[in-house]
Amino acid sequence: MIEIRISGFGGQGIIRCGLIIGKAASLYDGKSATLTQSFGPEARGSACSAQVVIDEERVLYPYITVPNILVAMSQEAYSKFSSNLKEGGTLLIDTDLVKLDQKKDKVKLYAIPATRIAEEMGNKIIANIVMLGFFTAVTKIISKDAARDSISGSVPERFVELNIKAFDRGYEYGENLLGENA
Amino acid sequence: MKADPKRVLTGAHYLDGDHACSEGALAAGCTFIAGYPITPSTEVVERISERIPTVGGIFIQMEDELASMAAVVGASWTGAKPLTVTSGPGFSLMMENIGLACMLETPCVIINVQRGGPSTGLPTLTGQADMMQVRWGSHGDYEIIALSPNSPQECFWYTIKAFNLAERYRVPAFVMTDECVGHMTEKVIIPEADEIELYTRRYTKLPPEEYLPFKPGPDLVPEMVRAGDGYKIHATGLTHDEKGYPVMNWEVQEKLVRRLVDKIRKNADDIIEFEEEATDDAEVVVLSYGISSRVAIPAIQKARKEGIKVGVLRLVVVWPFPEKKVLELSKKIKAFVVPEINYGQIVLEVERAARGNCNAVLVPHGGGWVHNPEDIYKAIKEAVR
Amino acid sequence: MNETLTKELKLPEEKHPMENILRMDRIPHIWCSTCGIGIAVTSFAIALEKAKIPLDQVCVVSGIGCSGRVAGYVKLDSFHSTHGRAIPFATGLKLGNPKLKTIVFSGDGDLFGIGGNHFIHSARRNMDMLVLCINNFIYAMTGGQCAATTPLTANTSTSPYGNYEYPFNLPHLADSCGAVYVARWTALHVRRLANSITEALNKRGFSFIEIICPCSTIYARRNRLGSGLDIMKFYHDNSVIKHGANTKDLDIGYQSKIIVGKFVDRERPTFLDCLNDWNRKKFGDKFREYGGPDD
Repeated sequence: MIEIRISGFGGQGIIRCGLIIGKAASLYDGKSATLTQSFGPEARGSACSAQVVIDEERVLYPYITVPNILVAMSQEAYSKFSSNLKEGGTLLIDTDLVKLDQKKDKVKLYAIPATRIAEEMGNKIIANIVMLGFFTAVTKIISKDAARDSISGSVPERFVELNIKAFDRGYEYGENLLGENA
Repeated sequence: MKADPKRVLTGAHYLDGDHACSEGALAAGCTFIAGYPITPSTEVVERISERIPTVGGIFIQMEDELASMAAVVGASWTGAKPLTVTSGPGFSLMMENIGLACMLETPCVIINVQRGGPSTGLPTLTGQADMMQVRWGSHGDYEIIALSPNSPQECFWYTIKAFNLAERYRVPAFVMTDECVGHMTEKVIIPEADEIELYTRRYTKLPPEEYLPFKPGPDLVPEMVRAGDGYKIHATGLTHDEKGYPVMNWEVQEKLVRRLVDKIRKNADDIIEFEEEATDDAEVVVLSYGISSRVAIPAIQKARKEGIKVGVLRLVVVWPFPEKKVLELSKKIKAFVVPEINYGQIVLEVERAARGNCNAVLVPHGGGWVHNPEDIYKAIKEAVR
Repeated sequence: MNETLTKELKLPEEKHPMENILRMDRIPHIWCSTCGIGIAVTSFAIALEKAKIPLDQVCVVSGIGCSGRVAGYVKLDSFHSTHGRAIPFATGLKLGNPKLKTIVFSGDGDLFGIGGNHFIHSARRNMDMLVLCINNFIYAMTGGQCAATTPLTANTSTSPYGNYEYPFNLPHLADSCGAVYVARWTALHVRRLANSITEALNKRGFSFIEIICPCSTIYARRNRLGSGLDIMKFYHDNSVIKHGANTKDLDIGYQSKIIVGKFVDRERPTFLDCLNDWNRKKFGDKFREYGGPDD
């Protein structure tokens, strides 16, 4: 069983990102995946997080307890959730949006300037999908094909192409990073 | 009757519980939906409002829940299968016309995505504390039917089942889901339309001069007519005779109220549905419903690993309550363990049905989150000691 | 006995002229003698015949109160709903089967006290229905309490020293919220009221007619206004017919002049017109228009 938390602030497409991961795992990778979400009463700007539990068997307890993976796309989200990350777990951050604490986290850290890449592509709204591509490459929890299929079914048709491109950019960035580290 | 393929979104989907309810309602042939926005139920009507123009039917956002529920009762009398959706505070407002629906024997479905209460409570967090309100929250004596799903997939099927039961018994049927299930997204398989069986409301074949709108059949359920069919019926929330005319005396009251209650109680065996597992040699049975029935499974698994004989009685239909089954089990076990996200509602019914044969141990939760399975595990261990 | 004489003396067939419309098996009704509700029902019955609407298609919905009992006496599909909720109940009927002609027949307390919110929203949506409101200035069924329509200074059982709350001007309210037809008559104006109801029955959209009625048993007695007949005389002497009057000017004071007439008669697309037109525009052939249960 793998527990994932995607976090950031409202308006960044955090929930959408979690939805695409869960959908990829359950509809295209043949696993069981439960997505839950939490948010404040504010529609925008507050800390926002999507939780996905992925399992080979049916997910019983729907919430995450100690996540194996944390994706943080805002400083507030990082501060709020990083201490809960499992020891030896994986932390994915947006380089430009999260400044790490001085203390060394006992985690595997992967960073990507997802928002900057999205801006370069002409729309920062797709930063979440860049991050999704990065997530897919780095964690290998969902397959690349499943993630792409899931995107196609989760965004309006006229944006599919842009989103797939964003995904590929993030994925590529992740693969290169892994290559460097290898 | 089979579902209409045009209304069924056949395929594998990744849906939250609220949206799965919407698809269940559309598949069930629901053509009238009245609602008022309230967290965490709003997604149900949002999806319906998106789908209804091309599926066929009317969605109207009413001015409040009083109006939504009144409109639902009115629409049902035209032959439409009506739905409304709400959560705690809205549910309280609906009580008035839920009583009317019971009194006029009006088929309708109400989905309550429960949240923490009382009052405004926890709009975005879960609860299971409306389980007694759903039973008798409106004034007077009556019986209703209530189901409780624990996954989006079940939200789909139970909404259809609720429509079938409502139409069959001419009674409000409730889908008592909760914020956790409503906002949880999982795989939902929607089958082909011909795999969905729908109950067709029974209309009279008698001519208007012979027809009595509230004269029951052998199953205590009267046959219906629709407004506009030429029967010129009268339906009143006042105590009424078989003709539907108001009569203010205890004899007519006795006959009517007794039947309203009996049409559910005497048909309870046909209505009740539960999942039973490993009760044959159980020392303790975990009795639960909705999200709590799901969260209890890890606790049950853990206890079994330690050799504790734990059975499961999971209520699909919560009201009417399976008291015969509970009584039967109570004679051979040490205790029922009842986790629910409230401070003791269904457990009271378990206690009553067990008649002192065994303990009924509540694992309470004030709401806002589901149980930690560990708490249920501890209760199981305690119960077998 | 002389055969010819017997023939001549033969009484006309005992058939009530309103047998088509009334549930004769429920008569006598519960209303007090000289109550105005019966007169309003008579006008309604006349109008139904004149409007030539197939009676099978007509639904009457009432709320609770003296006027709420109307649904129980009309030989039509009729629903006696809950207090204040006749309008949303009728909304469900109309949308469930758009072919139905829905009429809400209820009282001032029901429609504008407990049910006020539903009234303003239905008028705003232009929900296709006719609302007939008996206004007797008081909660009569419960024994004469102060209402949202009780004139200033009038005595009621919960304003025993006189009412100090401003009442509604109902035609103004209906007009402001968007009703397409607004009229007011008193129980004295049987023929004009019947004509007005006939006219409103043939309108599409939200129509509203206020019917000022005597409550001789409670309102008149508490305020020492005399008998039912005295109140009819008062209506006779104090009603002023002013068609097209500005609805702002229609306040009713205690024993003041009562301006009656037809104030609003306009066209606006109904809720269903708007819903269907908009969806046709948005979805074209994909739109599945809902025409009722048999569609």
